[in-house]
Amino acid sequence: MKRTVPLIITATVGVLLIVANFIPALSAWGEDATTFFAIIAAMAFVLGGGSLLKVHLKKLSDRGPGWAFSLIVLGTFLATLAIGLFKLGVPPNAAYPDKPWAGDVQGEGTAFWWIYEYVFKPLTATMFAMLAFYIASAAFRAFRAKNFEAILLLGTAFIILLGRTAAGPFLTDWIPADGWFSGLRMEELSVYIMQVFNTAGNRAIIIGIALGIASTSLKILMGLDRSYLGGGN
Amino acid sequence: MGFLDRLNDLDRRWIFLMMGLAVAVPIIVIGITGKTLPELPTPLAKATFDVLDELEPGSKVLLAWDFDPASEGELGPMATSFIRQCAQKGHRMYFIALWPVGGQMIRSSTSRVIGRYYPDLEYGRDWVDLGFKAGNEAVIKTIATDFGQIFPNDAQGTPIESIPMMSGIGSLADFDVLVNVSAGYPGSKEWVLYAATPLKKPLLIGCTGVQAPQMYPYVPLQVQGLLGAIKGAAEYESIVNSWVRGDTFAQALAQDGVDGVPGSILTKKFPRSISEVDQWATENAGKGLDADQVRGIQALSPTQKELLVDIAHDPEPAVFLEAQRRMGPQLVAHILMIILIVMGNVIYFANRRRGGTR
Repeated sequence: MKRTVPLIITATVGVLLIVANFIPALSAWGEDATTFFAIIAAMAFVLGGGSLLKVHLKKLSDRGPGWAFSLIVLGTFLATLAIGLFKLGVPPNAAYPDKPWAGDVQGEGTAFWWIYEYVFKPLTATMFAMLAFYIASAAFRAFRAKNFEAILLLGTAFIILLGRTAAGPFLTDWIPADGWFSGLRMEELSVYIMQVFNTAGNRAIIIGIALGIASTSLKILMGLDRSYLGGGN
Repeated sequence: MGFLDRLNDLDRRWIFLMMGLAVAVPIIVIGITGKTLPELPTPLAKATFDVLDELEPGSKVLLAWDFDPASEGELGPMATSFIRQCAQKGHRMYFIALWPVGGQMIRSSTSRVIGRYYPDLEYGRDWVDLGFKAGNEAVIKTIATDFGQIFPNDAQGTPIESIPMMSGIGSLADFDVLVNVSAGYPGSKEWVLYAATPLKKPLLIGCTGVQAPQMYPYVPLQVQGLLGAIKGAAEYESIVNSWVRGDTFAQALAQDGVDGVPGSILTKKFPRSISEVDQWATENAGKGLDADQVRGIQALSPTQKELLVDIAHDPEPAVFLEAQRRMGPQLVAHILMIILIVMGNVIYFANRRRGGTR
């Protein structure tokens, strides 16, 4: 039962969405199914929160490695949730002064805004900015011209790296912009690589992925692939 | 221990330090001097600008901000430029987000541009913030046929029925252009698959450098304009800035009774002194200005000419130069990367010659 019901739901909704795409009379059913998906996706936030609590509470109770991090995760999660849900630190809405819950929780100056602006935003931006340091280190240690393919990759990387900055036009400024050899200007070359070589390769990959998705979807709809249900089968 | 051996064992913290300096020094220099590097707009950046420029003022533009603070450094400036072009042109802007913190991105970019530089634009009449909705591509698929089902209220909870600019919006088909600034999933690809392609709507995309190669295959049939990373943003920003300056110049002249002057006539060669404005008008006779316009400009009062000089030469506000300013650190960081790659390969081949493997 635990596996059969999800299988039936998946197969029914999947087939309905495919059929609704081709038969206009059934398009309303397809739209309903999509709306259900949007509702379920919103509910998934609640499930996600529950799952996060479960995992980290277990880690805390077991005093497993890194349990202090779990404590921080739980603390910040619950604090942010409480501030958002109960609108803590939200000034009253000027239009509805007698309704204490009418204030804008994300408005400037609120506690939620403060957490976003001074905790979440700098932390996520810092994490992303650290990529530059690791890429530089990786470029020095790993980007080697070991074979012909690697040399091609290196050459392309140099053209794109230079072509995406003012150095590209500066280095090849001596090539006439309108002549036969204008295509050799660095900025032109980088655009050519992105629009021709990259597009050709990516189109092939996209078509391959699409075929793979179609095949996997068919297996899921027919109940042959049940890996999405979990349990290892 | 030789030089190459020392390089071979280089502590990676030195590389981190070099990268830190490669980024920090240009930021400081550009911050002090205010100068930016020149940008040569590519056809894709021009195409992005043209799509919004060719629309009639008052057209409905849906702007989906699908990014977060992590990618704001890369995508924030193009979001700013998109809003600036739409605001200057007089398009109606409808903001939505498929990322949980996209709502905050909408708030920060609208307050940065509309709140500060276009205060005359009225919320609900000229722009509306519909906020974030969960559901990823299912949201796009649903609003493709029924907008109100997913967005019954704006981000403040106001029912869309009481928002004037929402009348006539039944589905995505009612918009003239879709604009998506995206840092991943859900984002550009989903807008191509579930909105632009089935509805045959023009779609403009601004995305991270990592996504850009995956989006090129959709140009130009499904995607009419593509801005890849900060470079694309800088190109587009330079086009928008020049156009806004020219448009403001043309509007000022029109207010002074000189109608029909094309904004494109304004270049950096416009005189800095009001005494040379008459001469400039004479020189441009037949090159964009007709005889009546030349006479009209020459008849302007010194105060009116002073205003034209100010429009032509006032420094651009920093918020509209963010992408071009970030090209400085990018230039130095890319050069450093190339030097590091070359150095790494020199060590590799030297080691190979000596029988090593690293």
